[in-house]
Order: sequence, then C-alpha cells, then structure tokens
Amino acid sequence: MIGVGDHPVVVPRPTRVRPRLVVFVLGVVLLSALLGVMVGAVELSFGAVLAEFADRVPGIDVSSGLSDREAAILWELRIPRVVLAGLVGGMLAISGAAFQGVFRNPLADPYLLGVAAGAGLGATLAIAYLPDQGGWPVSPLPLAAFAGAVLGVSVTYVLGRSATRAFAAATLILAGVAVAAFLTATQTFIQQQNTDTFREVFAWILGALSTVGWTEVTLILPYVLVSGAGLLLYRRLLDVMGVGDEEADSVGVSSTRVRLAVVAAATLGTAAAVAVSGLIGFVGIIVPHAIRLVLGSSYRLILPMSLGFGAAFLILADLIARSVLAPAEIPIGVVTAFFGAPFFLLVLSRARRMT
Amino acid sequence: MSGLALSGVTVAYNGRVVLDGVDVRVPARSWVALIGPNGAGKTTLLRAVAGLVGHSGTIEIGGRPTVGMTRRRLSQLVAFLPQRPVLPEGMSVSDYVSIGRTPYIPYWGTESAEDREVVWEVLERLELVGLADRQIESLSGGESQRAVLARALAQGSEILLLDEPTSALDVGHQQQVLELIDELRVEQGLTVLTALHDLTLAGQFASHLVLLDKGVLVSEGPAREVLTEERIEQHYAATVRVVDQAGAGLTVIPIRTGMLPDKVAVPNE
Repeated sequence: MIGVGDHPVVVPRPTRVRPRLVVFVLGVVLLSALLGVMVGAVELSFGAVLAEFADRVPGIDVSSGLSDREAAILWELRIPRVVLAGLVGGMLAISGAAFQGVFRNPLADPYLLGVAAGAGLGATLAIAYLPDQGGWPVSPLPLAAFAGAVLGVSVTYVLGRSATRAFAAATLILAGVAVAAFLTATQTFIQQQNTDTFREVFAWILGALSTVGWTEVTLILPYVLVSGAGLLLYRRLLDVMGVGDEEADSVGVSSTRVRLAVVAAATLGTAAAVAVSGLIGFVGIIVPHAIRLVLGSSYRLILPMSLGFGAAFLILADLIARSVLAPAEIPIGVVTAFFGAPFFLLVLSRARRMT
Repeated sequence: MSGLALSGVTVAYNGRVVLDGVDVRVPARSWVALIGPNGAGKTTLLRAVAGLVGHSGTIEIGGRPTVGMTRRRLSQLVAFLPQRPVLPEGMSVSDYVSIGRTPYIPYWGTESAEDREVVWEVLERLELVGLADRQIESLSGGESQRAVLARALAQGSEILLLDEPTSALDVGHQQQVLELIDELRVEQGLTVLTALHDLTLAGQFASHLVLLDKGVLVSEGPAREVLTEERIEQHYAATVRVVDQAGAGLTVIPIRTGMLPDKVAVPNE
C-alpha cells in the first residue's frame, strides 16, 4: 500500500471474481438443479427430494417416503439428466467465451473450427452404418461424434498452419469455414444415401438429453473437468490476448501457443459435450455475452461465470424442453434459441441504457 | 545500464529485404529517433529489437545478444508500443496497465502485491489515478496515449521502443507526450528509441537521429548534421526550409511549390 499524505490509498486490485459472486452463481446453479430434479411427469415433493439427498450422506438415515419407482426416477433419470445438462451447458458456455477471447471475435462459438460439422459427420456415419447399437459395450454414437469433432478441428488447425505458419486468427477461422463446409457436404451426402435414418440424424443434430443416464455423465465428466480447469487457468492470459497478437507477444506471451492450448482444451470439452447431447446451439454465444454485458469484459470474470451460468441455463432449457409438450420433448436446441434469443435481447437493451 | 546495439541487422519478409545491414547504437539513457520516408524500415527495425520479427546480424542489449533470449526475458528488458496500440473494449485503465506486468507474473498466475504497487505508482506518475476505473476506449486521445505509455512503463524495462507515439495527437498533446517521455527518460534512466515522422520534433527531442531509406541507413548524427534541405529533398522528395533558431533548435518547414493560380480566396467578414 502506498500512502498519499496521511491517507493510505488502497492499491486497486485487478478484476477478479468476488466471493459474493461465487455464492450467487452457485445458488443459481443449485436452484436450477433442484427445479430440474423436482419437475417432471411424476411429481416429487421438495421435502422428499431433500430427504433422499440427506439419506445418501454417510451417517444419516432418513426415509423420504418415495416408492422404489419414484426413487429410481429421481436417481436414474432426473439427476443424471440434470447433471449432464449442467456439464454440457457449462462446457459449451466456457468454450464459447474462450473462443471469443482467443479469436477476438464476438461471433466465435465453440463450433467455429469444425467441431460441429465433424461431430455431425461422425454421428451420421455411426447412425447410418452401425444400425445395431445394442451389442456394443459402450454406445458407438458418442464415440463416433467425439472422434469426428476432434478430427474436424485437427484438420482445421493443420490447414490453418500450413497457410501462414503462424496460426493467425483470421486464417484459422477461414480454414474452419472450409473444413466445416466439406464435412457438412460429406455428411449430407451420406444422409441422402441412407434416407431411412434421416429422422434419427436430424434429431441428433437438434440436440437432445432424453436418452441419458449415468453412463453419459461418466463418459464426459473427465473431459469437462480437465477442459474446464484448463480454460480457467488461461483467464488472465485471455485478457492479455485482448491487446492483439503482436502486443501480447511483446509482453512475453506467445499468442500462438495460448491460442493452441485454449483451442485444444475447448475442443476436447466441446467434443465430449456434443458427443452425448448433439448440437445445442446458442449457449456458447449468449451466455458469455450476457455475462459480458452485465459484469464487464474481463475474462477473469467471464470464464468462471460462463461455467456456472451456462450450467444453470441449460438445466432450465432442458426442463422446458421436456415439460412444455410433455410427454413429448422439444429438441433442446430449439429451446435454447427460442428462449435464449429474447432473453439476450433484453440484456442487450438494458446494458445499452446503462451506458 | 542497458544500451542497445545493432550491427548488420537484416530483415526480410518473404524474401524481400526491408532492412539491410543496419548498424545503430543507442547508448544507455539516450534518446535516438529513427526517421525516414514511409517504407524506410523504421517500424521493422523496432519490431526486430522487440523480437517480433526474425533477423540476421546481431542485436545486443547491455552487451548480451537478444537471439536465444526467451520472449519473457526479452520483454523484461524491452517495452514496445506499436503505432496504433489495440485498446480492448470494456477493459478498465488499471487492468490495461496491469498487462504490462505480464513478464513478471507466473504463466497461469495473477498479479502479486508488488505488481499492483508498480501499477499504482505508474498510474500516479502519469496522472491516471482518477481514470483508473474508466473503460479504456472512453479516454480522449491524449489520455489514452498516457495509458498506453503507462502500460509500457509498468513493464519495468529500461529500453522503450515507441513507434510514432504522437501520430494520432494534436500539436499540443504531441508536445506534452514527448516531454513526458523525456522526463521519464531522465527520471528513470530509460533508453528510448522512437520512430518519428515529424522531423522538427525528432530533432528537438532526440539527441541523435538515424535516417533510413529503403531499408538502408543513409545518415546519422545530431539533428544539425542529418536534417539538411538537400538530404530531405533526396530521401523524402520534399521541398523544405530548415531554419535554425537560436534556443529553439531546428525547424523543418515544408514549402508549397507549384501553387495553382485559381485558388479561391476566403473573403474576410
């Protein structure tokens, strides 16, 4: 602390996540999760759900009064679905935020470099040519989608490199556009050859969490943990990247290395998310931007908050997707856009008035 | 004390030589200005020193060659400000200045108490404390130039490379910024290498001028030796008068030639 005269002056701290904000976002996530767990075709009371949770704590023994069937609905259907929605939403939002930072492009989303097209091709191949998916130890569909996604981004990266040898942001984005167009064309061709699976592919592309259980959760959890933690490590460096590649380099940060690491982490996480949920659009763009409009442009805030609010957003979107036309389900990608876009416009207009 | 010495420095972009065997010496605590027409290689020379572009020949800082230094080490020794620094939208002035501390912060870490103190001292020195929480893009031209300079100072390097630090400023702010740089040079023992378009200001503020043309060093020395009417005519294709005013240094005045006869006069009211 440096004193000015007799009055000590508090040295300003860099933008950071304050404890109050952490408590708030955790509260929002918990509340959405609780709502997601309680609402559904079979009504479960708040008290019974809490008692079920308490019962699982070692040393506590309470009876929730739920029947075996109700308990199974809670533990085998609702909770894994809510957990998965949270993981996917958090991952898509933080990846979108990281992509926007590393490419300095507000329209960047996690699907920018070919993740979506690659996953789409992988999923289409699996649906068209591996029709009997029952005999496999693990469902091949998410594995094929994951492999396609990682392959798509890898090809983009290799092409982006050979064009300039320096991974310039614009070159990478252009390479991504070309790769995505090629993969999508291939996917469409395969789809045309296999019209009997058309509906299944289309449903997958629009995104769904309807078939999930704990298997999917355990499948993507390691990726989400590693990618999420990895991206959070880069929160200050993403602020540094804001001054442009050359100036970032001049303060000792290799911008190409930061970009490679961030793209790799975001791609792994997004590919895992896409593999189990299909292509859920819009989350990676509106969640980070809504946070940016309210809390400012520092990635030290945007990255961790995107993780939390992205999770809450997708949990609620999934809740809407499965309850509005119950027992039928609306594709979750339709919900995220239908409710996300007006919400985003509201935040946008409010932020304009504030400034 | 870290002086800067370039010998035989050559830079080529895609096989095209843009800087050709240049020798420049910038003694510690001095101010040297690079002058020359557009495309002379001034910016390229600064970028080569900052390690942003590969070069052949040697660049030494305090007697140690920069080749083989890590980017992080080099950025502790040299701060570089491009002609048009990127001001990230929505970033506060104090966060922006903190970026200058990056060479001292662990890769995935965050600012230490010492880093924050340095940032505070720099904000205070450049009279930016009142603007610390403002968004960087809301500052006026003169204020944002001070913020950019603050970021470079926060870097704590003894060598300051400035590419046209005054090109976006009016004549009053140009003077203020250059005087500030000179004060800081004396106060903090900085070694300054700038590219400057304005020959009068270059002559007034730098103790030594280096004239580049088409990537080649064509003249160097004190302003009185370098800034001659013939030389400016030869390398800039400009017609000027160089006036030596006692106490005010050299003034380079462009002379309009070939004035057209039908210039419309503005009537006096």
